Amino acid sequence: MEQNQTTRGAMWLRLLTGDAAQLHDWPSVRVCEAPLAGQPARWIAVVPDLGNRFPRARNGEVGLVEGWQLARAVQETVELDRDAAVKRPIVAVIDVPSQAYGRREEAFGIHQALAGAAGAYAQARLAGHPVIGLVVGLAMSGAFLAHGYQANRLIALDDPGVMVHAMGKASAARVTLRTVEALEQLAQKVPPMAYDIKSYASLGIVSQVLQLANLALPGEQDLALVQGALEAALAGILEDSERGLASRLQGQHRQASRRVRALLEQEWEAAD
Amino acid sequence: MTDIDQLLKRDSFIERNARSRARALLDPGTMRELAGPFERLHSPWLAMQHLVTQSDDGVVAAKGLLDGRPTVVLAIEGGFQGGSMGEIGGAKIAGSLELAARDNRRGIPTQAVILFETGGVRLQEANLGLAAIAEIQAAIVDLRRYTPVIGVSAGTVGCYGGMSIAAGLCSYLVLTREARLGLNGPLVIEQEAGVGEFDARNRSLIWGLTGGEQRVASGLADACVQDDSAEVRATVARLFGQGVPARHRSERAQEYLAALERADTAAQPTADAVRALYGATDNHRGDA
Repeated sequence: MEQNQTTRGAMWLRLLTGDAAQLHDWPSVRVCEAPLAGQPARWIAVVPDLGNRFPRARNGEVGLVEGWQLARAVQETVELDRDAAVKRPIVAVIDVPSQAYGRREEAFGIHQALAGAAGAYAQARLAGHPVIGLVVGLAMSGAFLAHGYQANRLIALDDPGVMVHAMGKASAARVTLRTVEALEQLAQKVPPMAYDIKSYASLGIVSQVLQLANLALPGEQDLALVQGALEAALAGILEDSERGLASRLQGQHRQASRRVRALLEQEWEAAD
Repeated sequence: MTDIDQLLKRDSFIERNARSRARALLDPGTMRELAGPFERLHSPWLAMQHLVTQSDDGVVAAKGLLDGRPTVVLAIEGGFQGGSMGEIGGAKIAGSLELAARDNRRGIPTQAVILFETGGVRLQEANLGLAAIAEIQAAIVDLRRYTPVIGVSAGTVGCYGGMSIAAGLCSYLVLTREARLGLNGPLVIEQEAGVGEFDARNRSLIWGLTGGEQRVASGLADACVQDDSAEVRATVARLFGQGVPARHRSERAQEYLAALERADTAAQPTADAVRALYGATDNHRGDA
């Protein structure tokens, strides 16, 4: 429990939801209900559990149980509002170092657990729940796909400790047959390969990057800034009739993504 | 026919490249490729790193008919950059699925097949590959509300990384015995967790736990087929005939959580232990 309080994910969940009670007694997936813009919202974070039964998922990784619990937490929210005209927002507080890498995980089908989580978030978005991903720490690879990447809007803190990537540096270097130094050099020239949040922001996938005064111990002003950004994101989602992820395609470094879609659309009907 | 005759006469699906696989699935003469190689869609990011590009970026998007029904086949070329997902290849898959969903909203019942032969994100395009995979996942979940999205992984690359999560979102999954399906490749696990956790050279361990036969036996995929183009096609057609499942595999959180609760995690599980755990749960297995 001590350690839970020290991770960024746990800290931001507490700052944003106060003393709101946990809705489950799950040690590594925290779910609570607390207001956003004065209305009820569901807040979800993954935190470390040193006693995790799965030894490769003890440091905040998204493992088998975490994936399915994330799925369940989101499903419950959708079920709760099934007949409601207004669907409550879901905020994923994102600080996930990676998916769990282990033999047990592969044997029991961790890919399916993460599909459970990603699918549940996507279904919530399609059902009309405003889904916001707040990146306060690491947002790595499969863990990010499972927890937050399906959000209508992504917001990130501008912080050296905030990082989005497909694979840790050492493994990425091994797989691409490069040294870590060569990988870092390339990352400076090739924006999608970079690990820092500014380069990531240049891809146009996050809607906002926030500059805080005190990253380690955020004060009232920092908290107000984050809350304001979440409220603005919520308002933006509510005004937008788009339920998909099209808003992410406008970045300067996504020209190819736009060109391919334009070509497909042009040729789609002609192919009949 | 003896086994040898069968082996000699069958039309291997695995040996076909992506374009030829797409053609094998669609009704003869109906295939039309979209955003094809003559559009010269080379990856700008690979070029920047002085790496070899390909004019279709390793993904074939083909529209046509399957048993007379409008179908889009998205075939990943495992022979180019390990079937990795970059910005362009990823956009072809996501964009085609988005258009298929739009068709369905307009009353045209376009269905989709994805041929997974991929190591996941192309690390040379890292964050744009990851973003494209998130968009593919979003599009599968959108489209599968209207019509089944069928995933096939034949081998020999298998289906890994973020794309294994995409496979887990499909309505039905078809695998061969040669296929492997898992989130983290053996080399990456060995790198991250040590050889004691996973020996990447141990082929029987890899196929035993993550191969097509095991995945189907444990309910994580729907059909295990021979490496035979006619059988792959017939199986895909039969699964389309079953329509959208009442509940997708990715929606079964409660059952999987209950099963994992019972799992013995003190030791590494055997293939049989996984089959026993998931087989005993309930209706995980599809009709296939």
